[in-house]
Formats: sequence, C-alpha cells, structure tokens
Amino acid sequence: METFELTVLLLDATFRVATPLVLVALAGLFSERAGVVDIGLEGKMLGAAFAAAAAATTFGSAWVGLCAGIMTSLALSSLHAYACVTHKGNQVVSGMAINIVVAGLTPTLGFAWFKLGGRTPALNGDARFSSITLPFAEAVRDIPIIGYIYAELISGHNIIVYIAAAAVPIVAYVLYRTRFGLRVRAVGENPHAVDTAGISVNTLRYQALAVTGFLCGIAGTYLSTAHGAGFIRDMTAGKGYLALAALIFGKWKPVPTLFACLLFAFTDALQARLQGVDLPIVGVIPVQFIQALPYILTVLLLAGFVGKANPPKAIGEPYIKER
Amino acid sequence: MTTANTALELRRVNKWFGPVHANRDISLSVGRGTIHGIIGENGAGKSTLMSIVYGFYQADDGEIFVGGVPCKIDNPQASIAAGIGMVHQHFMLVDTFTVLENVILGVEGGSRLAGGMDQAREELERLEEEYTLDVDVDALVGDLPVGLRQRVEILKALYRGAEILILDEPTGVLTPQEADHLFRILNTLRDQGKTVILITHKLREIMAITDQVSVMRRGEMVAHVATEETNREQLAELMVGRSVLLHVEKEKAEPGDILMEMQGVNYQDSDAVLRLKDINLTLKAGEILGIAGVSGNGQSELLEILGGMIKPSAGSITYKGDELVGSSHYSARGLRKIGLGHVPEDRHKAGLILSFSANENTILGYHDLDMFNKGTTLNRDQMVQTCEDYIEKFDVRPPNPNLKANGFSGGNQQKLVLAREMEQDPDVLLVGQPTRGVDIGAIEFIHKQLIKMRDAGKAILVVSVEIDEVMSLADRIAVMFDGAIVGELDAADATEQKLGLMMAGVTEEAASDAALVQEATN
Repeated sequence: METFELTVLLLDATFRVATPLVLVALAGLFSERAGVVDIGLEGKMLGAAFAAAAAATTFGSAWVGLCAGIMTSLALSSLHAYACVTHKGNQVVSGMAINIVVAGLTPTLGFAWFKLGGRTPALNGDARFSSITLPFAEAVRDIPIIGYIYAELISGHNIIVYIAAAAVPIVAYVLYRTRFGLRVRAVGENPHAVDTAGISVNTLRYQALAVTGFLCGIAGTYLSTAHGAGFIRDMTAGKGYLALAALIFGKWKPVPTLFACLLFAFTDALQARLQGVDLPIVGVIPVQFIQALPYILTVLLLAGFVGKANPPKAIGEPYIKER
Repeated sequence: MTTANTALELRRVNKWFGPVHANRDISLSVGRGTIHGIIGENGAGKSTLMSIVYGFYQADDGEIFVGGVPCKIDNPQASIAAGIGMVHQHFMLVDTFTVLENVILGVEGGSRLAGGMDQAREELERLEEEYTLDVDVDALVGDLPVGLRQRVEILKALYRGAEILILDEPTGVLTPQEADHLFRILNTLRDQGKTVILITHKLREIMAITDQVSVMRRGEMVAHVATEETNREQLAELMVGRSVLLHVEKEKAEPGDILMEMQGVNYQDSDAVLRLKDINLTLKAGEILGIAGVSGNGQSELLEILGGMIKPSAGSITYKGDELVGSSHYSARGLRKIGLGHVPEDRHKAGLILSFSANENTILGYHDLDMFNKGTTLNRDQMVQTCEDYIEKFDVRPPNPNLKANGFSGGNQQKLVLAREMEQDPDVLLVGQPTRGVDIGAIEFIHKQLIKMRDAGKAILVVSVEIDEVMSLADRIAVMFDGAIVGELDAADATEQKLGLMMAGVTEEAASDAALVQEATN
C-alpha cells in the first residue's frame, strides 16, 4: 500500500510540474506549426510570470494577475511577429533577443517597484490561485484505490492545472478539425500554397503567434501565482527550452507532446523524491547528479530516441514571394 | 475588341521589378472556350504576366478585363472570385495534407471542417467524373506521383469555380504519355466551355494543343497568331528574334575505345533506399551517351557516382581500364586530375558559387593548378585572363569577368560552368541537364559545343529530362526508371513514343511493340 501511495504522490507532483510545460509546449506548437520558430517561449513565460505576480500583489487578485500575464506575453509575441513576419527577420535571433531582454528587465523592474532585490512580495489569499477540491472528493476518499486516486491525484489542484489538462484536447480539436487549424498547418508546410489560395500568410502567422502568446501567458502566471507565491528572478529556469524539446519529441503533435511533457515532469518529480534517499546497491547518489537527470534525459531523448523528426517544412523561413 | 466572346483581355500591362521592365505594354485577348498558348524563352516575362492575372503580383500600369468587364485584381482572392484558376509550375500543394484538404484550403465553407469536408467530397467526385480527373481524394498528396499532383491542382481550380484556367509550364515534370493525358484533359475542359491558357517554352506543346498562340520576347508581346497558320520554325524565330536551328546537325558517331565502364553498380542511400540497381554502362571515346528519364529516377545518383561525389554500395567502375572503386583517384578532385570533367545537374547548388565573381568560379575545382597560383597566393591576373578567354569563346554576356555569378542569366551561368569543365580538355565529360533553364539561342550553342567535343574523340555522358534534347544529341540512349536502366538503344531507333513508354518503366521490347500498335491506330 505504501508504494501505491508514494506513486500517487509522485504522479501528483508530476502533474504540477507538467502544467507549465504542457501549456508552453502547446503554445510553441501553434507558432512552429505556422512556420515560425519560437525560441522565445522562455522569455514570454518569464515576462508573464513577473507581470502576473506584480499585478496580483498590487490588486490583490490572482485573476487580474492572469490578465496581466496574458497581456504581457501577447505583447512579446506580437513583437516577435512584427520582427519575423512583418519584417522577415531571423526568427532565432528575435526569440533569443526576447529571452535576453525579459531576463534583464524583470528583475530590474521588480527592484524598482518592490525594492525586494528583484522579487515581488510573497502572495497569499486571493492573490494566489488556490487548490480546488472537486465535488465528492472527501466523500469518496475511503473507497480503495479509485477513491484515493480521485481525492489525491485528480482533485486538489489549482484551476490552471485543469486548464492545461483541457487545453490538450481543445488544441487537438482546433488543429485538426477547424478551418483555422487547417490553415495553420498549411502555412507551416507551404506558405506559397496558402498565399495562392487567397489567404494572407502574414495575418495567419500573426493569429497563430497570438495563440502562442495567450498560452505562454497562462503558463507564466501559473509559475508565479499558482505553483509559486511570487516572482523570483529567472524562475522559469529553462522550462521554455524544455517545452520546446518536448514539442520536438512529440513531433509537433498535441497528444504525443503532452506525454513528452509528462515524461520530463515525471523525471523532475522523481529527482525531487530521490534526493538524499539511500538506494539499494548504489547508495546515496550525489544531489547534483540527480538534479541533472531531467536534462540528461532530454539530451538522450533528442539525440537518440526520437527517430527522424519531421518538422513543419517551412519552419524558420520568412515568407517572401519569389520573383 | 471586348466582346462577350472574350474570356480575358489585357490592355497595355506594365510591370517593373526594380530597374527590370519585366512586362512592357502587353496587350492580349483570349477567346472563350479556346486553348490559348503563350510561348517565350525563359525570362521573357510569361510567368510574370500570368502572375499578374492571378493577382500574385500587381501590374504597375494597365487594365484587365474578364468576360468583357473591367476587373481590379490585386490579390489571388479577387482573381479566384473573377473565375480565374492557376496551376503553378511548382505545385502549390501541402504534401502532408490529403487531396481533399488541399482542395478545400481557403474555401473551407465554415469555421469547422466537418460539414464542408463532406460537401467538398461530393462536389469533387462530381468534378472528377465530369472531367475524367481520377484521383483518390483521401490520398496524401506527398505520396502521389507528379502527374496526379497536377490533377489535384486542376481540381483545386475547378472546385473554386474557375472558368479560365492558366497552366504555367505544366509538362516540365511529366513523361510524354502523362503530357498527352494532360492534353486530353485540357481538351475536355475546352469542350465543356472552359478557357485554357497554356504557358510554355516547348514548341511541340503549342503545336499539339493550342488554338491561338501569343509569342513573348524580352518582356514584350511580339506576335499573336492562329496555331494552324504557323509552324515550329516560325515560332522559334519569333521567340528568339532570329532564325534558329531546332535540330543539331551532326555526323554519324565513330565510337572508339571504352573510356569508362560501370558494372553491376548499386547505390543505397542513408535511408537504406536502393537508388541505383545493377547499372551497367559504357562510355566510349567519340560518342555521346544520353540518359533519358523522368527526374528523380536515379539519374542524379548516377552522375554523382561517376563524378566521384558519392561511392557505390556494390559494383565496379573502371576508368581507362583501371578500377576506380577503392582507388585513391576516386573522388571528385582525383577524377578531375585524371581527365574527367563534370557539369553538375544543378548549377546553383553544385556548379557555381553564386556570390563569387565569374573569374573565381572559373577556377573552382582547378584552383590548385600551377597556372592559377603564384607561390602561396592566387594568381588573380591569370584568373581574370582565363575567364576572359572563356567568355569570348562561349559568348558569355555580359562579358565581365568580375561580375558575380548571380548577375548572369541562367544560360550564361551554364556557359560559364561548361567553359570551365570543357576548356581543361577532359577525356570524359559528364553533363547533367545541359540546357535546363537555358534560352533556345544558347541551347543551340551548347549543343554545338558538345558535338564538337565528341568529334574530337571525347566520351560524353548527357543526362537530361528533356526528351527532345536526348534524342537530338545522343548517339546511344539509355533510359532510367526507378533506379535501373530499362533499356539501351541506338539513337537512330529511338522514337518519342518508345522512349516515353520506357521512361514509364516499360521494357524496350514491350515499348517497341506498344509503339507500333500506337502508330498503327493513329
């Protein structure tokens, strides 16, 4: 029974770690499926995390924080679109620039506004998204296995975790069953086909990047106002890049991407649990090594196990009508 | 002139790209229910003109009338609404989509796909039946052969209600049989009252199918004639502006010793796909061997293996009697040193460095010859001098050895590559697509040069997707299909029909029989 409970707790932690990864990976999915490389996911998420925490602490409402997070991320996404779509700039350079600017700007603004060395004040009460207990969670807790799973694993997360869970089928539906999704997939494969079909390539890419910004905004808000309780400098800690890796590992498809995120999150949850544990045979593993596990896994997966990744064909190329 | 029977009329259309006047005062009138050909050399402005009609570019000046009504076409949507459909030279299809998805892209009929898809499926099946355009609507476009992809493009246009269908160089990627099938489809379209505009640089097609033909030269419309009142020679003269020899005049070949031989050569690429299957070929002194075939059937790999750029997985290659596989000479560089010249298929990717000047390109691959070096530095004066010689001999224009390679037209770039490879006096010359994207005038010149080399006792291999070119240049023709040589025949015995069938994978004997039957029924 103890292993069962441990497993449930491990998965519970996995879900919490996976939430921002899933949202950001889906954000990247829209951008990249539309043919725009988005290495700036990290920066957008960080910007949103800061804006959300700052707004939440100022107005005392997590929902205001969420709005601020989304607006900030949308603004950064529009900047990326302006540089890469309107002016056909290099997408990697633009994305990297956003990452660097945001990494520098957030602690600077934080210091100027809150005088806490770049942090925002700790959030509590309504300024944070708190856990939601789903109906009947307490009533069914004592039912063996299923009841316990429902009460511990399914119930008791904050709203954004559920948003992330719902986002996967919604994104899959939009991508494969709607006009917008069809056009996004087309513009990432062959923008010339889209243009000659009488659809504006630029408008379409702007729209896709807006969706990217929206989802990144939610992910960033989660970090500072739901998972954490305030903004800390560089709190995204490479999650944007990890999400990109998950996206590639998931071959730019929503459901496989979800599983890739869950896998990365699981190793992260596992490493937290393994720290200082005396394992049979190997003994206590140095904590640095354990912390490196998710990243080692990422490298191994991307290098060896993905097989041949077929990215959207037009990815990374600004659309220019040829002469 | 504007009457109800005019499907499309252009009046004094002008288009500049920077300083280049791509279309100069073009006027054109296309009758309803006709097939109208527009012919001209590469760069004459045909595609630009049609892109203007399709709204892909905007004319700087001029008027467009569709069905007698003035029409402002400033984007493809406006053109589609006016009933114009275009089949582009490079297909505008999404390879990862099904035929159905490709067809409805842009006209999905609602924000959710489900309903529109079913409607589209019915409509497509009706269109396929009406115009005999069989395609599986659920097939992935990337899996379809080019002939079928083209049908998808035609279906796309018809599905959008096109009354005027523009086809830009539609037969470039087709075998002669596929092209004939396309022509039958176009005839059906005309019989159903649609108007077809065919853009091409191939005289054969104009003569075979059009009712009217307009000729463009250097951005201008130089003639409008009824097809039955003209002939190939007259059209060629109109296109080029002077009389042109359409067929190469040459003596009978006198093959000498075998200079290069391939035996049982196989090649497997990095995805473990067998690209070349048991190839046996001989190159003889004083003879031109032509390789015919639809592009992508192993010709590129064959050239790369002979040129030393890739190595065969099995088999033997001898050069003047010595085995090459495993020898130290077997590399692109080593082979050049023992007398093999190679004009690559793709001059932009492998033949030239476009951002280098003409004289720098002149020495590529030969840059370590003593004549181009002065101690540790390059002998710039000699490079320019040599380049000037080549320019004069090959009539390259503009005659400027310091101009960057991308400042020359396709034909002149090709002349630069040919000059480099031919003037080092190789014994064996490999030539991939000698005249791809080259004007008729330059084609004539290039063919003459190749014949001259042959007569000097060199062995020449010509790979070309242009069946006319292979037939007129080669003394012996081998046809490739799916990585194998389907058959080899004497050029004197080759007919277009026979080669066409072989290019589709029919063996030589079967092709001879079928060609006879076809001739008998005609």
